[in-house]
Amino acid sequence: MLDETMKKAPRPQNQTSVFVKRKRTFTIVFVSVFALFTVSAVVTNYDVIKGFESIPQSIVWIAKNFVPNAQAWEKLPKILEKLIETALLSIAVTVCAAVCAFFFSLLGTRTTKVNPWISRLVRIVAAFFRNVPDVVWAILLLFSFGQNILTGFFALFFATFGMLTRTFIETIDEVSSSCVEALHATGATPLQTVFQGIIPSSVPEIISWVMYMIETNIRSSTLIGILTATGIGALFDLYYKRMDYSAASLVVILTVILVIVIEIISNQIRKVIM
Amino acid sequence: MPILEFRNVDKIYNKMTQALTDVSFTVDEGEFVTIIGPSGSGKSTILRCINRLVDATKGEIVFDGHNINRADKKEIRQIRKKTGMIFQHYNLVDRLSVIENVLHGRLGHKSTISGVAGHYSEREKENAFIILEKLGLTEQAYKRCDELSGGQKQRVGIARSIMQEPRLILCDEPIASLDPSSSKIIMDHLSNINQTMGITCILNLHQVDVATKYSKRIIGLTQGRIVYDGPTEDLAKETIYEIYQSSEGELITDVG
Ligand SMILES: Nc1ncnc2c1ncn2[C@@H]1O[C@H](COP(=O)(O)OP(=O)(O)OP(=O)(O)O)[C@@H](O)[C@H]1O
Ligand SMILES: [Mg+2]
Repeated sequence: MLDETMKKAPRPQNQTSVFVKRKRTFTIVFVSVFALFTVSAVVTNYDVIKGFESIPQSIVWIAKNFVPNAQAWEKLPKILEKLIETALLSIAVTVCAAVCAFFFSLLGTRTTKVNPWISRLVRIVAAFFRNVPDVVWAILLLFSFGQNILTGFFALFFATFGMLTRTFIETIDEVSSSCVEALHATGATPLQTVFQGIIPSSVPEIISWVMYMIETNIRSSTLIGILTATGIGALFDLYYKRMDYSAASLVVILTVILVIVIEIISNQIRKVIM
Repeated sequence: MPILEFRNVDKIYNKMTQALTDVSFTVDEGEFVTIIGPSGSGKSTILRCINRLVDATKGEIVFDGHNINRADKKEIRQIRKKTGMIFQHYNLVDRLSVIENVLHGRLGHKSTISGVAGHYSEREKENAFIILEKLGLTEQAYKRCDELSGGQKQRVGIARSIMQEPRLILCDEPIASLDPSSSKIIMDHLSNINQTMGITCILNLHQVDVATKYSKRIIGLTQGRIVYDGPTEDLAKETIYEIYQSSEGELITDVG
């Protein structure tokens, strides 16, 4: 086919070839990533080689100190109690936030055709709540509630609410815009459209997102618990400061197991509902 | 007696795109009218102005005594209740069963609460099954809509619109996503509904041959203007070329 003597096939004139464009994009991306990395390493005084060198060291340290011993196992009931408390709190927070986020997102979607200004406002509010990390929420709320379980609750609530509002808006726009249009056309009221169209078409995706947020929140609540002195985080902090590393390690191991179990359960649920 | 009247209707989207220009026509009760025209000529826009899925920019649309442009929310609901709509992509709630989708046709007639709860009377359910039987969907009644073929989905769409007991059915390219044999089934059902129930039908079609076979009247649209409105048998070959702004041999449908 590709014979030297053959005439060249015509190509578009006066336009940059897509092959050249692709190559250019690739080069730009590569150079910028490298530049970004170098700049941030310089700014933060981060020594790449040293960073990698310290990995084996820390593994050795963890392996030596972070092993639950017999004494640690005696604390198991206490740890389990706190762990369950933390898990239940995370689930409660996520469910509350999800219910609020769902109704809020209805005002934000294009499908329900509420006032465009309200939709925009909803999106801005959601973006604000989402973009403040939950740990920052916790620190801010510490001022008003003090080291209290409410602080953790609201910190997780705000971050989850922001995140879920946004994902719900996207989900609803994606899955139900066509059937919502049809229901509008039959003369259905907006509320009827929500319950007969939007909810049935988006419920599996919504549940799936809620499960994901429950997993995330169990992880975050451990961290927030350190700040607010509640739940499993506080217990970890306590053992760690006492240099009771073996008990602290048991806390970590059990937390990881909990997160994995929750993940398995939610995967199972997803399989059934999808 | 006219059931629908367009008087000098203009539609401009976003103050930019002129979709309809000075469109005027009347449709009598019981008619079966097809609108043909190239992509982007404004066919969907005409249908959507009738049930106020879009608002016309200028002119008057009168449907069954309602002045559509001036209707408030409550009156829009009355208008939509009386007009069924059938879509190219069926627009069903895919995760619900066939029977539930058919019963959605009743939502406009119900109180908000009973609609929200999905509470339908025995009579409504009985009617829904009668309609499903007519459309040959009895076996599918309890299936989820995402298990159906395209042709079956479109029949559910038709059932939903008949459930409304409408005066008018608007069909926006009802067969554009279907194979020829399913297309024939759908067109036969629509024609049958028009003849036996006396429901007025306005269709948008891309297939000129189908349009001429099923409807007695054709409206030809080019760039938002009506260039032909008259009986099917008077539609000359040249007019079709004019509507599609092409010349002999450039169209895939055999118009000879
Ligand atoms: N929601 C919208 N916003 C802006 N412009 C639109 C919108 N809907 C349609 N238009 C424009 O209006 C014109 C007419 O569109 P319309 O959908 O009515 O054409 P159509 O005849 O139905 O085309 P097709 O055969 O492809 O469905 C087009 O130029 C289109 O781009
Ligand atoms: Mg169209």
